[in-house]
Amino acid sequence: MDRQMNASTSPALDRREAVRALLAERGDMLVVTGLGSPSYDAFAAGDHDGTFYLWGAMGGAALVGLGLALAQPGRPVVALTGDGEQLMGLGGLATIAAAKPGNLSIVVLDNGRFGETGMQLSHTGLGLDLHRIAEAAGFAAVTEIRDRAGLDAYRGELRRTSGGPRFATVRIRPENPERALPARDGIFLKNRLRGHLGLPVT
Amino acid sequence: MHGTNDQPPARDWPLDLYRVLKEAGIRQATYVPDAGHARLIELFQADPEVATTVLTTEEEGVAIGAGAWLGGQRSVLLMQSSGVGNCINMMSLLPACRFPFLALVTMRGEWAEFNPWQVPMSRATEPVLAAIGVTTLRVDRGEEAGETVSAAAALAFEADQPVAVLLSQRLIGRKKWTGK
Repeated sequence: MDRQMNASTSPALDRREAVRALLAERGDMLVVTGLGSPSYDAFAAGDHDGTFYLWGAMGGAALVGLGLALAQPGRPVVALTGDGEQLMGLGGLATIAAAKPGNLSIVVLDNGRFGETGMQLSHTGLGLDLHRIAEAAGFAAVTEIRDRAGLDAYRGELRRTSGGPRFATVRIRPENPERALPARDGIFLKNRLRGHLGLPVT
Repeated sequence: MHGTNDQPPARDWPLDLYRVLKEAGIRQATYVPDAGHARLIELFQADPEVATTVLTTEEEGVAIGAGAWLGGQRSVLLMQSSGVGNCINMMSLLPACRFPFLALVTMRGEWAEFNPWQVPMSRATEPVLAAIGVTTLRVDRGEEAGETVSAAAALAFEADQPVAVLLSQRLIGRKKWTGK
């Protein structure tokens, strides 16, 4: 099996369209985005008080999602990140699998590249399948999404507060769409999300 | 437990820590195990009100703690001094977002240490925490542990500060390597 070829030859999704589809009618979903393009994609899909954009802390998106999911078990929590960001936190997949948060989903937009730094091939571009690592770690549900039908079918899964942790690899094309930049002030973003949840804002 | 030959029987300071952390409202505890934290980890694991999360590397606990606070819960990160070095870039979250942060750090490499590999990160622990903006408090005696951690929790969660309490190797005791 030539998995290196998969990323470059198989049909792949437009990242903005993919994220719009996944976050459409998001309800009470809380979203943490990994630094770089996934933050831009989520912002382009529609800014929301329930979204916390990371602009740094590479490798931390899924784990910020874990802490949030444990604190808010009644809400679906989605960590939306890229392959490079998740690769820096591979151990975190083991930690999330062990913690077993039923309401947490990790969605990796996988273009097989480090898109922010010149489109260098990442480990997924060289053949690694992150969802298979998640499966081996013990995630309750893993999937690979390659087309629009897959996105539409997965949208409902992201709204569940049980049956997780879930992990999805979304195969996207290696393109850098025009940047859509959300707020960068972390204190504002923190207080915005806490306010959205009705928590004290200090 | 933590056998020592050169200290009187110590106060049950891990139980003191558990009590003050509960009083501070801790709901999540993340850890990379250390012998000095073993009793506190067991106390948290036996407590259904506290979610305990074992980590593969300490920086994960920084990110989890940020998420916990976003969701309205207070957390504590338990680690050894060698783990502080693993955390540094993830600690960018703390000043960037003014997240509260509380870590209890058991020190190696300073008091009757036999392993030279523990010494470099031990010496670097306080300087790197200071460099990234984390306030450090130190505990050398068991009877001070509860009060110091209580004060650290107040500083962290009431004043939105990042704080690490360094539990000295003298407090934890010499590590016994021979006999059994």
